This record gives sequence, structure tokens and C-alpha cells, in this order.
Amino acid sequence: MTLEEISRVIECEVITGEKNLDQDFTEVCAADLMSDVLAFVAPGGLLLTGLRNIQSVITSHVAEVRAIVYVRGKVPDEEAIKLAEQKGIPLLSSRLSMFEASGRLFQKGLRPGSNIKPL
Amino acid sequence: MSDDVLFFKEFSIMGKDFSNAGSVSTEIKSILKEIGFDRLIVRRAAIASYEAEMNVVMYAKRAVARLSATPTSIKIEFQDEGQGIADVDLALEEGYSTATPEMREMGFGAGMGLPNIRHNADEFDISSEVDKGTHLIFTIHADGNNG
Repeated sequence: MTLEEISRVIECEVITGEKNLDQDFTEVCAADLMSDVLAFVAPGGLLLTGLRNIQSVITSHVAEVRAIVYVRGKVPDEEAIKLAEQKGIPLLSSRLSMFEASGRLFQKGLRPGSNIKPL
Repeated sequence: MSDDVLFFKEFSIMGKDFSNAGSVSTEIKSILKEIGFDRLIVRRAAIASYEAEMNVVMYAKRAVARLSATPTSIKIEFQDEGQGIADVDLALEEGYSTATPEMREMGFGAGMGLPNIRHNADEFDISSEVDKGTHLIFTIHADGNNG
């Protein structure tokens, strides 16, 4: 599903990365804990998170997460937006909760982008 | 040939410098990508470096990080001055953490840093002395699969 379709399904506003909405995604992970993203997420997916600081963008860049959706209407801080622009990571803000955003995307056929075996 | 160092760089990291946390590992990632290592090898090195960098920022006073890359391996070293780790075996257990609420607010401090560094590395060595500091060295084999 393209990021543009994802944006419609989970009612997002695009914060940055308007030009990259045609990217295609099959896998999603939802986490507030960046340690979980670094340890269990497969590269190339979409991250749903409630963590709005710059660490969300650095973690995504390092772990090769291609786009971030902040849930419950959260908007990341300025420095996070600046870094995301530099690294070409689109940022979106969904008005839905983490649970509902995850549920809607799962219903549309997106699948977990993580390997939850212990380290 | 395989021992020829393609690249060496030293970085310094300050403890509690939360606003720059992650800048060294992002730079390491760009350097390795630039050299031409395989994408997944670069990702493993970047993840392990970022976890190590966060540990320095969260727990140590300061540290020196050293990156050396040969055609077949990436070696990264973090040598810090600080409180050290009293029980290294315990710190290597998934879920063991001494993090403060401030660290947890940043999305870290779940007790997965060191286990995840070891998970991403092919060689991993750590030694630590309380009130002196911690020395971490990890290597990722690139098996000649790069430029």
C-alpha cells in the first residue's frame, strides 16, 4: 500500500515528505520504545509511534525504517522534522490512537514488520 | 589485503549530551555506506553503534569511539570514562536496566542495549571497572561483500 493510501486509511496529516508519498509499504511496526525498534524491526517498514522527539527519527534512520506516523495527533519537535527532511524520511501525524491505527492497517492487509524472537 | 585499513576515524562523545545523542552513529552509518559496504551490514553496524552511543550519553562522563574498516570487517570501539558496570553478565541479560525516567522518556533504557549490540556483532568484547569506565569492542564481518 502506498504511503498516500496509508495516510487516507488512518487519517493523517503530512508533516514532511509530501514528495515521497508514492513509496510502497507491506510491513508496519508500532512502538514507543526505540530499543524495541532497534532490536526487533525488519528494515524497510513503516513505524507507528507516540514518541515525538528526535530519537524517533534517528532510530528510524539507523534501523532503515522508511517513514514514521505519529499517533494521537502528535507532532514531532522541530529538530526531528529538520533531520527527517535531511534524511528523506516522510513524517505523518494520525489523529487515531496507536491501537486503532494499527488495527485499520492490519485490516487492509499490512503485516507486522518485526521479528519478536528474544535477542 | 584483507587487513588493509580502508578507513579510520576517532569520535568523541559527551555524557548527558542528549541533544547530540545519535550524531556519531549517524556519521558512522554514512561513512560505511559511502565506503560501499552491503546495506544490511551497514545497518547492523549502525544499530550497534547507536545503542553504544546512547549508553555513553545515558551513563558515562565521556567517551572516545573508534571506527576502523577493512575490506572484510568493521571494527568499532567505545571506550568511556564513567561509573562503569558492576555486573557485566547481568547487564548483558535482556531486560536488566538501571535507567532513569528521563532516559525512558527518550525511548531507551529497556535493558536491551548491550544484548542488542551483541546480537548485531560477529565478535563482541566488553570489560568494565566500577568508577573508571567501560571498554566495548565489536566487529562485524563483511566477508568481502563490499567495495
